Amino acid sequence: MTEASHHIISYRKLTAVWGVLLLLTAATVVVTRLDLGPYKIVGALSIACFKAGLVIAVFMHMKYEGRLLRTLLFIALVTLAIFIGFTFFDVLYR
Amino acid sequence: MNSSEYSPATPSSFWNDTGSSGITAWIFSTDHKRIGLLYFWSVLSFFLVAVVLGLLLRIELMAPGRTIMGPETYNALFTVHGAIMVFLFIIPGFPGAFGNLVMPIQIGARDVSFPRLNLFSWWLYMIGAAVIITALFTGGGAPDTGWTFYVPFSARSGTNVSLAVFGVFIVGFSSIVTGVNFVTTIHRLRAPGMSWDRLPLFVWSLYATAWVQILATPILGITLLLIIAERVLGVGLFDPVKGGDPVMYQHLFWIYSHPAVYIMILPAMGVISEIIPVFSRKPVFGYKMIAFSSIAIAAAGSLVWGHHMFTSGISDRAILIFSFLTFVVAIPSAIKVFNWVSTLYRGSISLEAPMLYALSFIILFSIGGLTGLILGAAATDIHVHDTHFVVGHFHYVIFGGSGFALFGAMHYWLPKFYGRRYAEKPAVVAWGLMFVGFNITYFTMMVLGMKGMPRRYYDYLPEFAPLNLVATVGSWILAVGLVLMLVNLIRGLRGGEPVGDNPWGGATLEWTVPSPPPTENFPEEPVVTHGPYDFSKSGMP
Repeated sequence: MTEASHHIISYRKLTAVWGVLLLLTAATVVVTRLDLGPYKIVGALSIACFKAGLVIAVFMHMKYEGRLLRTLLFIALVTLAIFIGFTFFDVLYR
Repeated sequence: MNSSEYSPATPSSFWNDTGSSGITAWIFSTDHKRIGLLYFWSVLSFFLVAVVLGLLLRIELMAPGRTIMGPETYNALFTVHGAIMVFLFIIPGFPGAFGNLVMPIQIGARDVSFPRLNLFSWWLYMIGAAVIITALFTGGGAPDTGWTFYVPFSARSGTNVSLAVFGVFIVGFSSIVTGVNFVTTIHRLRAPGMSWDRLPLFVWSLYATAWVQILATPILGITLLLIIAERVLGVGLFDPVKGGDPVMYQHLFWIYSHPAVYIMILPAMGVISEIIPVFSRKPVFGYKMIAFSSIAIAAAGSLVWGHHMFTSGISDRAILIFSFLTFVVAIPSAIKVFNWVSTLYRGSISLEAPMLYALSFIILFSIGGLTGLILGAAATDIHVHDTHFVVGHFHYVIFGGSGFALFGAMHYWLPKFYGRRYAEKPAVVAWGLMFVGFNITYFTMMVLGMKGMPRRYYDYLPEFAPLNLVATVGSWILAVGLVLMLVNLIRGLRGGEPVGDNPWGGATLEWTVPSPPPTENFPEEPVVTHGPYDFSKSGMP
């Protein structure tokens, strides 16, 4: 919970995460070229969520934070996901 | 705002802490009480401006045809009335003013977690307000889009929409900052013994509100910037010709602006939950359910925005889901109403001004809430959408609900911070005038809407004339009551009878400190040993 704990992440790990992010970016491009209909957006958003999760967990050190802060952030992200998801009830079925 | 005009009862009060009575002792102060009062007088000033605009709108509608203004002026006036009332008065009104004044004391803290950020939020609010006001008198003049800034009109209107929405954008930041501050404060700064189940219900409601402020306001910010992008760059996000979707704007706008209704009403419900047990001399009925229902309203209320768009061409499936969820919100709202009524049952009720406002809140909010269900049911909404019924409904919830709760809070808490109180009799007369005037004005509007009178037109068919006259006369009664209330309140705060620490016999922590409170609120950190409505353990009869 305290910033003073300053968890230090190794270069190896940071580079690995960066590599995964690049791969996922490539995956996003691939997904947009597949003919998946409305699932295209689901695929693209899922990959984007996973990437954002990695950035938050590792680069933003949320993995090493206390439970309260993680819960609060989780609530915020779930809310955003619901906002986007509910909008699709309209867009997909219009 | 000039502290030298007041003579606070105790020399150690926060009024005397700086040794300076100049304006800088206020506008650069990080004391939550001073910031609360800054906010209070700021929002009240904007409220009065918007009241005058509202009265002018009613005068225009007094008779068919042109009465005192043309259609362009009318459009600008209802836009500015709505934008000021929503963004500059009632959204910052509770968290900014009474949240800041009362919440830290209620949880036994010396201040909020981030006092400088707190001052910054007031500055953001004032800067945003200044930008909005500038927008009214520069460029193409006051926006004429309605406070919702709907595209495509807002993207094309020749009026000064860009600057006005930028002002609202800045005010939104102020709201987010307050939300972050309150969530942190309520988590971190509670006094020993102030467990979550001893938190006053006003604090619970501010906590739920703060989450809505944090989670929903950024979406408004983005949406407003997109309007500017649309106007300045012509990006076409909302323009079907360029592959955009105008209904997407409505989604984005209401994702914030419906939860914003809960930013307005939740703390108001918190105020009512404070006043009713104190003036019934009885512990609140169903404490946990009232606290839980605040969170439930905030959560469920964030998922109902689509009910503003039933006639906008959204999918039937979306209408079904949003309509269902709208009815779900009625459940926690009803939990609160039933709990308040149960608290009153067999209580020793004392009908003083704060209680009168609280009781009228229950009635007016219930009318507003139930008429909301008429709008939330898709079939009936088709008939009354964009009629005066919506205007009446909205004012019942936000003016009859939040507004009356704010007036109640002013009578309940301001004597605490000024050390002096208002005269009771004029306060009751003012309440009576407002209650009568309010119902004449807005109930008539709902009837007009049912008969088919659309909103946002400066003219109407002759058959609507008699009821419009009634509504306008009602607005004058309301205005007379409002002026009487404010004159009595301000006179009382300046030179009224001094009040003791606990004039109402409340059991929450703000009544344990002197009136007005000292700068750091408590001489030493309080230890909380009983619940917020446990009158017997707090030494009350």
